[in-house]
Amino acid sequence: MGAGAITAAGARRRELQGSPAARLPDRLLRWGLTALSVGVIALIAFFFVRLIVESEPVFSQHGVIDYLFTSDWVPSREVYGAVPLIAGTLITSAIALAIGVPVAVATALYVTELAPARVRGPLTVLVELLAAVPSVVYGLWGFFFLIPTLQPAERWFADTFSFVPFVGGAVTGPNYFVAGLILAIMILPIVSAIAREVMSTVPREHKEAALALGATRWEMIRMAVIPYSRAGIAGGAMLGLGRAIGETIAVTLVIGNAPAIGDSVFQQGYTLAAVIANEFGEAASDPLHRAALIAAGLVLFVLTLLVNGVARTFVVRAERGTRAAAKPAAGMSA
Amino acid sequence: MSAFSLERVSPRRRRADRLARGAVAALTLVALVPLALVVWYLLEQGLGALSVDFFTTDPSGSFLGDPGGIKSAIVGTVLMVALAAAIAVPVGVGVAIWLVELGRAGKLAQAVRYFVDVMTGVPSIVFGLFVYITLVTTGFGGSSFAGWKGSVALALLMLPVVTRSAEVVLLLVPDTLREASYALGAPRWRTIVRVVLPAALPGIVTGVLLAIARAAGETAPLLFTAAVVNATTVDLGDRMNSLPALIFQNVAQPQDRLVAIAWGAALTLVAMILILTLLARLIQRRSRLS
Repeated sequence: MGAGAITAAGARRRELQGSPAARLPDRLLRWGLTALSVGVIALIAFFFVRLIVESEPVFSQHGVIDYLFTSDWVPSREVYGAVPLIAGTLITSAIALAIGVPVAVATALYVTELAPARVRGPLTVLVELLAAVPSVVYGLWGFFFLIPTLQPAERWFADTFSFVPFVGGAVTGPNYFVAGLILAIMILPIVSAIAREVMSTVPREHKEAALALGATRWEMIRMAVIPYSRAGIAGGAMLGLGRAIGETIAVTLVIGNAPAIGDSVFQQGYTLAAVIANEFGEAASDPLHRAALIAAGLVLFVLTLLVNGVARTFVVRAERGTRAAAKPAAGMSA
Repeated sequence: MSAFSLERVSPRRRRADRLARGAVAALTLVALVPLALVVWYLLEQGLGALSVDFFTTDPSGSFLGDPGGIKSAIVGTVLMVALAAAIAVPVGVGVAIWLVELGRAGKLAQAVRYFVDVMTGVPSIVFGLFVYITLVTTGFGGSSFAGWKGSVALALLMLPVVTRSAEVVLLLVPDTLREASYALGAPRWRTIVRVVLPAALPGIVTGVLLAIARAAGETAPLLFTAAVVNATTVDLGDRMNSLPALIFQNVAQPQDRLVAIAWGAALTLVAMILILTLLARLIQRRSRLS
């Protein structure tokens, strides 16, 4: 009897599932899509291996340590030390964060907490439009407008505050500061969007509790909104940093492309991304030079990988905090 | 007589409040200054270059005479981005479907999600470099620089954007729709093709348009893969011009007329991207999900 019931159930299941032929499309779909997805992993792995293999000549000639920690980049003498490039990338990105993050957070605060309802939508769109302008157009604008416009102000600033480290001294047209400023503009939309998203998840109860205790608007923001969204803002800033590190064309046009570390933020320099864009043409016939540039790409890749990894843990932590709260993710889709 | 007497906020706290709110509003205005400046400068410098000839002639490459127009760059950008979308959209949406419908929360799905995130963070120039060392220097397909290799680089950039946005939208499709389809006896593939995808379509299209807008403005990966040429070609196996690459090449020229071409091209490019972005927003607003 038991056996009969089992075969009956088995027959019923087979009937519902259809013949093996009818199930074939489902199988194909499953395997096809799985292959595609695994392909993405394989692609990134291949990508990483290719970069390592192709940059090997410069590492075997100079050693990884020399490449990373010496500061002479002279292709004509076959000397490749990436310190000025790495320093330039870090300096410009730091300037971008220092300028971009406060402005982005303020924009997000204004839109979520202070702005009249009517201007919220348009304001959000306007900030997002900053992301629609291509890198090369920012570069063009920076080259012809920002550099000449800023130079008198930079000179005045360098003279007046010459006692501040890395400020005084000669001022060149293209320099770290202009590059950092353009990067700040370019990362503003993403940092602002993420800040806005986390701020809109702050539970209404927290804000109302602060107001009910007699807090002013600003005190409410300081006590309820900022602490709650701190991790998310940090994550957004790290994502912005990732963007800034890898940004190429705009920076290439305004940093001066001089492979030495400038004495102040108002002097020209070079970045990892800019050196690749700028020198790859002349490196086509010189295997060692090419390997040095690919190695710069590898360093860039690893840097962004690290920064984005940190960013992800911050954002995940922020999301987890949101989920634990009473009203989860009310505004996540905004 | 009221039982409470609400204490007035002290002048010091009120001042702090006003000051801070003013500062936040001022910084928000500061954020809009660059946008206004870029748009204003772009119009001022770019409008003068525009004419019918500007869109219908190729760059001449002549340094002193008539610099020509930007036809080859427009054709190249449109073709290369179209091919990039043709590669990235099926793969990106396919991976998203696998993540949401089949892989779900499994170990493999988590790994795939992680690697898609990694791809999002890879700088565009590194993708360009990758295509350069795997397809260009090896002479793959019998040519060094080629339009289709530029498309591959752009597709690598678009893929994570398409996948992530499609994944988010697919997750928003209510499970009741899927269950209704299964209850009617539809197999999984039919449920996905006929029920889930149509419901998610507007959102997916939005993501695709935003990815296209991003790819259209990319310069760095094209310099290494499609190069810069003057003549118009529709052969994706050939070197191909593009708007961003043309702008980049002309900025550095000490010739005012070449720079004017760059401004005109920049205005054209921004207008194209803006239209795509606004279209994406419009479709998003029409969509019932999200």
